[in-house]
Amino acid sequence: MFTHLMLNIEETVSMILFGIGFTTLLLHPNLIKKIIGMNIMDTAVYLFLAAKGYIAGRMVPIMSDGIQDASAYINPVPSGLVLTGIVVSVSTTALMLSLTIRLYERYGSLNLDRILILVKEEGKT
Amino acid sequence: MSFVQNFPFFSIIIAMFSGIVSSVISGKKARNLSLAAIAVTTCMSAAVLAFTWRTGESYTYMMGHFPAPWGNEIRAGVLEGLVALMFGVVMFISVMGGLDHTEKDVEPGKLNLFYIMIDLMLSSLLALVYTNDLFTAYVFVEINTIAGCGLIMIRQWGRSLSAAIRYMVMSSLGSGLFLIGLSLLYDVTGQLLMIPAKEAVAQIAASDTYVIPMLVILAVISVGLAIKSGLYPFHYWIPDTYAYATPTASAILSGLVSKGYIFLLIKILYRVMSPEHLMEGYTLDVLYWFGIAGMMMGSIHAIQEKDTGRMIAYSSVAQIGYIYMGIGLGTLGGTTAAIFHIFSHGATKALLFISAVGLYEASGGERDYLSLRGAGYRNPLAAIGFTVGAMSMVGFPMLSGFISKLLFATSAFENTGKLLPTLIALAVSTTLNAVYFLRLVISLYRPERKKVGGVRRDSWNLRLAVVCFILLNLVLGLFSQPIVRAIGQGLEMFD
Repeated sequence: MFTHLMLNIEETVSMILFGIGFTTLLLHPNLIKKIIGMNIMDTAVYLFLAAKGYIAGRMVPIMSDGIQDASAYINPVPSGLVLTGIVVSVSTTALMLSLTIRLYERYGSLNLDRILILVKEEGKT
Repeated sequence: MSFVQNFPFFSIIIAMFSGIVSSVISGKKARNLSLAAIAVTTCMSAAVLAFTWRTGESYTYMMGHFPAPWGNEIRAGVLEGLVALMFGVVMFISVMGGLDHTEKDVEPGKLNLFYIMIDLMLSSLLALVYTNDLFTAYVFVEINTIAGCGLIMIRQWGRSLSAAIRYMVMSSLGSGLFLIGLSLLYDVTGQLLMIPAKEAVAQIAASDTYVIPMLVILAVISVGLAIKSGLYPFHYWIPDTYAYATPTASAILSGLVSKGYIFLLIKILYRVMSPEHLMEGYTLDVLYWFGIAGMMMGSIHAIQEKDTGRMIAYSSVAQIGYIYMGIGLGTLGGTTAAIFHIFSHGATKALLFISAVGLYEASGGERDYLSLRGAGYRNPLAAIGFTVGAMSMVGFPMLSGFISKLLFATSAFENTGKLLPTLIALAVSTTLNAVYFLRLVISLYRPERKKVGGVRRDSWNLRLAVVCFILLNLVLGLFSQPIVRAIGQGLEMFD
């Protein structure tokens, strides 16, 4: 059991990181830390994909020195997925940050629980 | 190859480009462009539907002419065409109905930004319907989330902003789970396209290896999409999101967005996963029971709610429960009923949100259902629209909600193990629906106690939208046979 985990150390680490990020995003009341949690979660997936695409002893999937043989390179698909995923996560992060700025300007707090209480009070008056 | 076969790709790209162009033109032009784009894509979806109906088979469209294991694919059949057509129609009427409210709610000079979000939403919904590639689906799920969040936060109101951040957090959790599920699936099968992935999954099922990883993949993808579509225990973001957005956004978010994810889930369950894995993992059973829980709890929450918008939003939780119950039945009839309910709920919930706006305005901006007393006399058309929507949700004959309840009940007989719970759940849920919807409708037609200000005539587009939605409901209710047949035919050519 433990040897299997050690053999696939990248995957193990990425799953632990995913758990950390997921929990932070779900449970942490601070908005900035929530966003950091989301980034950790996404990055964990990229680590997982990159680890899965890697084949020991092969090159980056960019044609170099005229070697055309596919067996000289690692699997390019996971790298492509990681790049796409990074673009997506950058835009989600930007959107979340801009929302956080809006909420902070309005309520002077980054604590989501507190903001929700303030919103409720605002609705009553 | 027929020219019509290009239409799914064209409609996605037209919607996306009109979003890009909208960023540099004025609000009015962006609005017209957006309406035109929705109209054109809807016509294209209708053409795709007619084409696939005539040829009787679905087709795969290679993007960039790379054959199967490599390229990116679009796949269109009768079902995809029908869903896209329905999404387009509901979206067009919703945008038209909320035109002047949108102008009021959006900051001056930023109107074009709202229509960018509408265009992006349209293109991502169409892409979710048509795509045959798992990672493309993920990318468009994220675009859909971002556009949805933009539609909510465009209204500068504390409640909308806090609703937007909650929506964003829950949706990010859902997308994260969906992404890790896809990565694991890619890992086990080595495929991203749905058809080769299905072959690989079938091989894995036959060889009896990777039992636990496949279970994890199925669970993670289902939970991820369930969070995003608001299945019962994950519904906490729904009421604020739907109730406090601008009317167009409420109608689109409740009527269409969650349905896009559900359609994607149906696609993954039947086009990628093998029946063995579905049976072993009890996935369908889990979805079924949570669907039933949602039907009950959504209605109970709605009964406790005083705010009309939040009441309608909680009713969405119950209706999403119906759809998941249909999927969970695991039979052809159950899935047909679920897809019909996607249409029926889309048309009805959008009607309720659009007509509720007319009622608030006739009651001096009050949203409490007791303050809507007598609003039926001050704004007759909106009240008729609301009544039709409420009746349809309760399951009144001639309206679309009745047909979906009938389909759920008849399809339950195909799966005898789940027959009794389904029928009981339908009966109880219908009663609960009747409690809060009829309470509201009766309140609309009670004589007014005191004169309320704010009597004003709605703009023509709101009234037109209400009439269109009522007609759509009647069409779905009275002419359901061809639609149900089309869904059945579409499901046959689905996998």
